[in-house]
Amino acid sequence: MSVAANVSAGAHAHDEHHEHKENFITKYIFSTDHKMIGKQFLLTGMLWALIGGFLSVIFRLQLGFPEMKLEWLRPLLGEWIQVDGSLDPEFYLALVTMHGTIMVFFVLTAGLSGTFSNFLIPLQIGARDMASGFMNMLSYWFFFLSSVIMLTSLFIETGPAAGGWVVYPPLSALPQAIQGSGLGMTLWLVAMVFFIVSSLLGGINYIATVINLRTKGMSFSRLPLTIWAFFLTAVIGLLSFPVLFAAALLLVFDRSFGTSFYLSDIYIQGEALPNMGGSPILYQHLFWFLGHPEVYIVLLPALGITSEIIATNSRKPIFGYKAMIISMLGITVLSFVVWAHHMFVSGLNPFLGSIFMFLTLIIAVPSAVKVFNYLTTLWKGNIIFTPAMLFSIGLVSFFISGGLTGIFLGNSAIDIQLHDTYFVVAHFHLVMGSASFFGLMAGVYHWFPKMFGKMMDAKLGYIHFWLTFVGVYMVFFPMHYIGIAGFPRRYYSWSNFEFANSFTDLNMFVSVAAILTFVAQFVFLFNFFWSMYRGKKAPLNPWRSNTLEWTTPLEPVHGNWPGEIPTVYRWPYDYSKPGAEEDFIPQTVPYSQTPESNLPHEQQFVDEEREDAADDVVVANEHKH
Amino acid sequence: MLGFIIGIGVLLLISILLMIFRIQSLVSVVKGSDKKRATGSNKWNAALGMIFLLGTGFLFFWYSFKEFDNYQLPVASEHGVVTDGLFWTTMAVTGIVFVITHILLFWFGYKYQYKENGKALYYPDNNKLELIWTVVPAVVLALLIFTGWRAWVDITEKAPEGSEEVEIMGYQFAWAVRYPGEDKKIGDYDFRLIDGSNQFGMDLTDESSLDDFVAPNVMVLPKGKPVLFKIRSRDVLHSVFAPHFRLKMDAVPGMPTRFWFTPTKTTAEMREETGNPDFTYEIACTEVCGRSHFAMRYRVEVVEPAEYEAWLAKQSSWLSQNPEYMEKVPDDLKGVAQVIVDQEKIIQK
Ligand code: HEM
Ligand SMILES: [Cu+2]
Ligand SMILES: [Cu+2]
Repeated sequence: MSVAANVSAGAHAHDEHHEHKENFITKYIFSTDHKMIGKQFLLTGMLWALIGGFLSVIFRLQLGFPEMKLEWLRPLLGEWIQVDGSLDPEFYLALVTMHGTIMVFFVLTAGLSGTFSNFLIPLQIGARDMASGFMNMLSYWFFFLSSVIMLTSLFIETGPAAGGWVVYPPLSALPQAIQGSGLGMTLWLVAMVFFIVSSLLGGINYIATVINLRTKGMSFSRLPLTIWAFFLTAVIGLLSFPVLFAAALLLVFDRSFGTSFYLSDIYIQGEALPNMGGSPILYQHLFWFLGHPEVYIVLLPALGITSEIIATNSRKPIFGYKAMIISMLGITVLSFVVWAHHMFVSGLNPFLGSIFMFLTLIIAVPSAVKVFNYLTTLWKGNIIFTPAMLFSIGLVSFFISGGLTGIFLGNSAIDIQLHDTYFVVAHFHLVMGSASFFGLMAGVYHWFPKMFGKMMDAKLGYIHFWLTFVGVYMVFFPMHYIGIAGFPRRYYSWSNFEFANSFTDLNMFVSVAAILTFVAQFVFLFNFFWSMYRGKKAPLNPWRSNTLEWTTPLEPVHGNWPGEIPTVYRWPYDYSKPGAEEDFIPQTVPYSQTPESNLPHEQQFVDEEREDAADDVVVANEHKH
Repeated sequence: MLGFIIGIGVLLLISILLMIFRIQSLVSVVKGSDKKRATGSNKWNAALGMIFLLGTGFLFFWYSFKEFDNYQLPVASEHGVVTDGLFWTTMAVTGIVFVITHILLFWFGYKYQYKENGKALYYPDNNKLELIWTVVPAVVLALLIFTGWRAWVDITEKAPEGSEEVEIMGYQFAWAVRYPGEDKKIGDYDFRLIDGSNQFGMDLTDESSLDDFVAPNVMVLPKGKPVLFKIRSRDVLHSVFAPHFRLKMDAVPGMPTRFWFTPTKTTAEMREETGNPDFTYEIACTEVCGRSHFAMRYRVEVVEPAEYEAWLAKQSSWLSQNPEYMEKVPDDLKGVAQVIVDQEKIIQK
């Protein structure tokens, strides 16, 4: 109680010292307003998505049309297009590496978590801003710095890092093994260090804000699932990113200061290296200790967003609110103890392999529960297909398709054959890449009216959805077949092998589909920027939603609510409650005002509300003395 | 010129699309459909979901059956039969879940699409249901995993006594293969001994390396006998992948790894089975290792055991092919080494 009182008192002080005018720089560039920072993350993330997508189009051209002449790319790629017009095989690896790094970290970590944790946490829990606006600003600018460095590395002479997004040593430690392990790899490491700093600054802030700045009545059991998801994501990030930092640091030492953490028994380019006693496997353990949780860092926010959108647009409470939270908690904890399932055939002790196989399969259970709960939420709903809703349904579909193939890969005996084939590429693109990407899209369509005060065009949204949804399946579903056939990943060409010298037509199909899917994203871009300036003015609560952000003015100022922060009385999912006149009851409506729809056990809340109101009068009187 | 025309065409297309977009948004304002809670598009989207479900469902089954023989590589090892069985069992179980959940997903979307006077069911939770769909997947997964685990334990067990040992070493960008020779023991090595001819870094002070021989350009293996691959790398990570044997294991510098298996079909039998007279077993690399990662091909030939013995007998030790290394052999082993070399000379004649 007293906490809440303090918050609103602090908020008043906040209002006062914000009388001064903001100039362009403090408003749009070095802003400390969580909403502006969220938009900065979004725009940067979108830019990165275009770059990452474009890279995948280039290497898909190579895989689908190996004979194609790529001279037209020479102005951009220079020497990396060989004299005969084909792509340099080493640069192919660089493209794959940068594509993976960009998509996982810059688009789906920063672009997704960064955007929506920032934008939504204060708005949905009823806070004026993040716990530390300044740290939040730093978080964005470290990300920006990291972006600039990573982008630069694409254009240096020796090319960017090229050892895969996991950058396993010794390949990544030895410039004599591949050009990309020279300056490109150094820049990769520096960029990632700044990225980690950015993530940690952001994460600490999200956690502190959710714990401390919830408005009166917003208990943890009344938090929207979005906030639960962002909160747990931040916890995962806080615990796992430092380990990636350690891995990167040791790699820096091996590369530049002659240590042997990861290096041993190496003879390369006619020379035996002095390093002894290191272990490449150590790096893999450290990397995947982040790498696996990273999958959930990318996925949980998308699932949170989806929960919110599916409930709102089914006009039904999310089914199993508590079960959803428990499964997210389960995923959070378990995500830290499954990392070695990426290492079944790395030379890991087979006994450890067995342990990790069991742990991995446990984590499938909470994921299954989430799917069933989504389905039950749709059941007997009154479903409105907004673009956001369509993207959320698309996410559920990808989550199922990609999640099921995880059951194959988590089984070490089956993984022997499938590891590092296109089956894996299909699996993670569906479950992590496309699912999270759809979560991001759903979020943008759903909260655009709150971000910019305008509506996006729904029809263009539908077109965008159907093209992308069908496109993604056309790109990634065929990869399962190619993977079962044993086609290895990170291959410039498969024609050297008899066993993999088939399916050229299917690969061509995939490449064409990839290009179409990529082009379809411009429908979205047009819609986004057009609507930002010329879109229809949004109503205050366009989706007739229960959560707090829709109680702010159309374009909330710094501080979010002009007056007092509203009090919360109920959970966020009172949709279509029997007896209620409307099919939604916002969180700010007290039970005492809805006697017609209160459930028997909710009667007690009415009494509690009365007591609270009485308390408030007492507090107010005390202040007068 | 062509580029210019394409450019104009694209521009025209985009401007036409823009016009259509403008007109439809104006029309929707006039019709007032932008004020409605759910427009006619709602029906369309629900219906498209069903069309998607049926269309892709058909494609999925049709293609999966039609292409089965093309993507299902013939299997040629004992454990491979087991893991393939696991794979297809898992496919059956997950396939059922995949189909059912997708039917529900799109059918619910269709059936429960927005209706003007409809009202959704307020149904926030049901602990019994939650319990069921926690326990059922857990049990099914436990069964799948348990069978997988049993197979895994068998596969990763120590190789049986008397397995044929073969060393396979990855380097940028090829594989090199060494056989133990007559003593059936692969000799020691040290990466600091590697040079132009001694690519394995064979340690000639170890008696068992004296008769080791390097496979020419194909690895020959006996059918029906357990084979143990001793895998290592001398520069960066590689990974031995023999798809027909369902075998994969990383090659790690500084940490030798191993994988044993039993080939069940000779190359000749495989040629007959696949109807491809040129069929060869292949080894590929599946851990990215640099520029020519995609070209680390090595051939394997499986033959009947008798033929294998004959092939072994024909090979001559690395030492006899590189006599200048005789001086690296310590004095007390020189005699043994000479015997091996001489013997081979006789056989060759
Ligand atoms: C336009 C859409 C996309 C296409 C066509 C595409 C295609 C591909 C392909 C074909 C590969 C494998 C290349 C190879 O192994 O040789 C790949 C790798 C990868 N992609 Fe994507 N992708 C797309 C979007 C995404 C997204 C949204 C993510 C986010 C998770 C993502 C993450 C990755 C990662 C992590 C790798 C592995 C990189 C590596 O092997 O080091 N991709 N992509
Ligand atoms: Cu993992
Ligand atoms: Cu390789």
